[in-house]
This record gives sequence, C-alpha cells and structure tokens, in this order.
Amino acid sequence: MITFDGVTKKFLNHTALENVTIEIPAKGVTGVVGENGSGKSTLLKLAGGLLRPDKGEVTYKGAPVSRKDSSRIAYLSENDHIYAFFRIDELINYQASQFPDFNKQRAYDMLDFMNLDPAQRIKTLSKGNRGRVKIVVTLAREAELLLLDEPLSGLDPIVRRSIIQSLVSFVDVEAQGVLISTHEVSEMDPLLDRVLVLRQQHVLDMEDSEAIREQFGVDTAGWMEHIYARERNVY
Amino acid sequence: MAYTFDNSRPIYQQIIDTIHGNIIRGEWPPGTKLPSVRALAVDFGVNPNTVSRTYSELERTGVLEMKRGQGTFVTENEATIQQLKQQLMHQRIKEFMNEMESLGMSKAEIRQGIDTYRKDDDHDNL
Repeated sequence: MITFDGVTKKFLNHTALENVTIEIPAKGVTGVVGENGSGKSTLLKLAGGLLRPDKGEVTYKGAPVSRKDSSRIAYLSENDHIYAFFRIDELINYQASQFPDFNKQRAYDMLDFMNLDPAQRIKTLSKGNRGRVKIVVTLAREAELLLLDEPLSGLDPIVRRSIIQSLVSFVDVEAQGVLISTHEVSEMDPLLDRVLVLRQQHVLDMEDSEAIREQFGVDTAGWMEHIYARERNVY
Repeated sequence: MAYTFDNSRPIYQQIIDTIHGNIIRGEWPPGTKLPSVRALAVDFGVNPNTVSRTYSELERTGVLEMKRGQGTFVTENEATIQQLKQQLMHQRIKEFMNEMESLGMSKAEIRQGIDTYRKDDDHDNL
C-alpha cells in the first residue's frame, strides 16, 4: 500500500497538493489522471520520496518514504534529462552501475523489441526514440514500484503504441506496482487496474477500471468527465 | 494489438466473447492449448490481470480447464461446448427479439419478416 495521510505540498506560495488522504494498492497499474496543474506529478514524486510533504505523511508498505527508497522505486521523469553525450549502450551500463536491480538482459531485449540500435548516440535520437529509451532504462529495473510521469506525452501514435505494448510485455503486474500519470486516458485504459482522479490539488476519487465499465457503462475517460462535471456542480 | 473495445462493457467480458467465438466456430477445437496469460495480454494490448480474470471466469463456467504445470486448455467435454453454443444462440435471439419488440413488431410480423428475408435472393445462403 502507498498511503497518503493528510498530505499537503507547497512550492513557495503555490499549493501543488492539498490535504490528500488516499491508500493506493502497491500492486498493479494505477492511472493518475486530471487536468494540467491538478497535482499529478507532485503526487508521483511524493510517492517516490523525491519530494517531502509540508504536512502529513507518505508511507510505502508501512514506512515513511524517502530518497533512499530510490533503490526499490524506479522513476521516469516527464523531462528529457537523460545524458545526451552517452550512446544507448553506455547509458545502459551507467544505469546498471547505479541500480543493483537493473537487468541488462531485459534492457537489451527491450531495445530489440523497439528496434533501437545500442550504438546510437542519445543526442542524435528523435524525440520518439528518446521517449522509448527512457522507458527501456526505467522498465529494465526490477523495481517493486515504477513511477511513470507522462510516458506518452508529446509522442506520436506509433511510439505511444510501442510504449504501451512494452508496458504489457515487460511489467510484472503481479509483483510490481505502477503509477502512471497521463492525459492519454483512453489509450491507457486497457492497461489500468484502477484510476485515480485529481482536480485542483485534490484527489476526487479512485476506482477499479473494470468496475467503472460494469457500474457506469463508460470507460475511464467517460468516468473522469462525469466526476469532473459532478464537482463543477458542487462548487 | 489493433483491438478496439466497446467502452460500455468490462474488457474481460469482451475477451470472453472473443474466446467463446473461437471455440464455437471450431477455430479452437476441444483440447486446444490457450496462449499464456501474458501472450494473450500482449495480443489484446491489455493488462495481464484482465486476461487472468477472463481465464478464471471461463474455468468457473467449465469452458476452459487448467492443468497444473501444463497450461490452460479448451474443455474436451462436448456437452459443455454444445451448451455454450445453445446459450449464445439464445442470448443473441433474445437481443434480436427485444430490439424488434422495442420497434413495436408483433411475433407474427417478426416471423414473416424472417421468412421474407430468407427467401430474398440476396440472402439465399441462409
């Protein structure tokens, strides 16, 4: 379980997340959805111990999270900050030297799956292939928990599809937990065990994605619209 | 992976429909070994937990049988498959009848409509 207990996070005078209390199962795939600025990235960083809450507490499997948890939690940033001067194989060696859970064989299997040449320099890659490389070095870690911040953002449909396919192929949903923030809700939908909706720095709801179809007869995107409309009527 | 799902129904049920279809058409005869959960998940582009749910649901209804250490197989019990066929036919006919009745058609009109449809040259394969 990843537990947020009364968590507030502020940046100077701007509140990024306010009084969030939620228990997210530690296994399976959780989609984190919501409009821009609703707090998705902040929620992911707090879950990984990359940010500290100003109020409240974030715990993972019963213990407060901290930066030390990066040995068992893998994080994919929405920023393109991988080292441009490396070749892909050098990046893989570097990541393997930093993370004991890094599985080189799996990394090469994924490169093959995505038709990437290990000898290519990262600075010469297209944006789409950089997106693929980021996914490779993140999923190659046999981490307990994967935090993927906008892995599909700004990428073309073919790249998005290959990333979604690699998630199905290379994530072990019975052993690993995945939190994915995304705007591509419909595309991600078949991959999600559950979806967590954020709006204006608050968690509105969390629901099992098959249960949404069963109970409401809509997919997660339709449900999210429904939840947002409900909120607008309240305020 | 170019698979599109109907948004209004759970995905595991839609995969059940696909598997039922494969079995009834005889594409997957009795005793056929099914792909692994992960392989089918990759084919459909869905979460492997969804395929697990599909398999356990089909085991519960007896359509699939799990053999320990060997995998999941289409049942060799012909009676179960016949029953499934009848059940699906009944279900589709019921949907058709509901649709017709919602348009205000009487049973006699529906019967006549089917006869006319079958006599029509365009549909003489029926």
